[in-house]
Amino acid sequence: MITTALYIAFGLVSTALLLSFWRLLRGPSQPDRILALDTLYVNTVALLVLLGIHLGSNLYFEAALLIAMIGFVSTFALSKFITRGDIIE
Amino acid sequence: MLDIFLSLLILIGAAFTLIGSLGLLRLRDFYSRLHAPTKATTLGVGSLLIASAIFFSHQDDGLSLHEVLVTLFLFITAPVGAHLMAKAALHLRLQSLAKLPEDGLLDGESCDKHIASNAVEDSDKPS
Amino acid sequence: MSRLLPHPLLSAILVLIWLLLVNQISFGHLLLGLILGWAVPLYTARFWPDEVHVRSPMQLMRFVFIVLYDILVANIAVAGLILGRQEKLKPAFLILPLRLKNDVAISILANTISLTPGTVSANLSADRSCLIIHSLHADNPDEILETIRERYETPLKEILDS
Repeated sequence: MITTALYIAFGLVSTALLLSFWRLLRGPSQPDRILALDTLYVNTVALLVLLGIHLGSNLYFEAALLIAMIGFVSTFALSKFITRGDIIE
Repeated sequence: MLDIFLSLLILIGAAFTLIGSLGLLRLRDFYSRLHAPTKATTLGVGSLLIASAIFFSHQDDGLSLHEVLVTLFLFITAPVGAHLMAKAALHLRLQSLAKLPEDGLLDGESCDKHIASNAVEDSDKPS
Repeated sequence: MSRLLPHPLLSAILVLIWLLLVNQISFGHLLLGLILGWAVPLYTARFWPDEVHVRSPMQLMRFVFIVLYDILVANIAVAGLILGRQEKLKPAFLILPLRLKNDVAISILANTISLTPGTVSANLSADRSCLIIHSLHADNPDEILETIRERYETPLKEILDS
């Protein structure tokens, strides 16, 4: 039961990743690309959590947490760069 | 019983994640697109993480709560990220379907005089 | 507060986060968490702005539950808008005059607005007197502003703003 649900979920989340990637390539503006990257990392966290359940391993959480943190910092830095033209003032 | 509940949570989570990215594709201007990932994805990943917390608590016979940490982190950072991206887009004066606020407001003027021209009439109603 | 323990609430939260991070409770980890909870606020004391006084914890809990419920509703509503016809959407920028004065309270309000039904906070004016909000579907802008004021700003003012 859970295995079937997991396989369907893998499909859905992978599709989500592809859609975000398409927005990343297409743009058309810089903030659009940042938004696409932001969505990509959240989707990756989802995929890692699913993989963790599938393999029954706790190890993937550290990876998910790290990706979430680095993703937030990069969104922050990129937005700041556009607003100020500089990251650390 | 638990299996059904977990499968349901996983499917709902994955579906919301997909809807978030679908919004990225379908909505027609940047400011609208901003709504899709920040909302749909937090609930999507949130329910996946809750499913995972229940799954591991059941499997390892001990409470597994560190998923809560990731959920909390995403719930705190998602609106901050959205605010920053919106700010960056407003700074670039990115055009949208909606009328942009006046320039003075974005450049840090006090907004008292802008409110008068806006449709907000009960701004100083007593609480 | 005192100079040895500048932010008791932050310390407590840090200990809790450490225990969640290692995902087990043992004497060693509790000790390590307590040391971190004591040392981190001490070394970052200059970084933190003025202390926050939570006036009524019960009301804060109530506020959190209201927001969680609204997030659930918001997600379903936004999902419906995304899947529906795009031509019908009427996005708009709204201006919310703020009655809150406290920095922390304004941050929490902005975050709450971003998390809940079809609205994202986009910019705070330099004098902190109003917030620009983008709404995904603004049929009736005044109603949205009124809801935000009643549902989030008034409780926050009671809980945090002095």
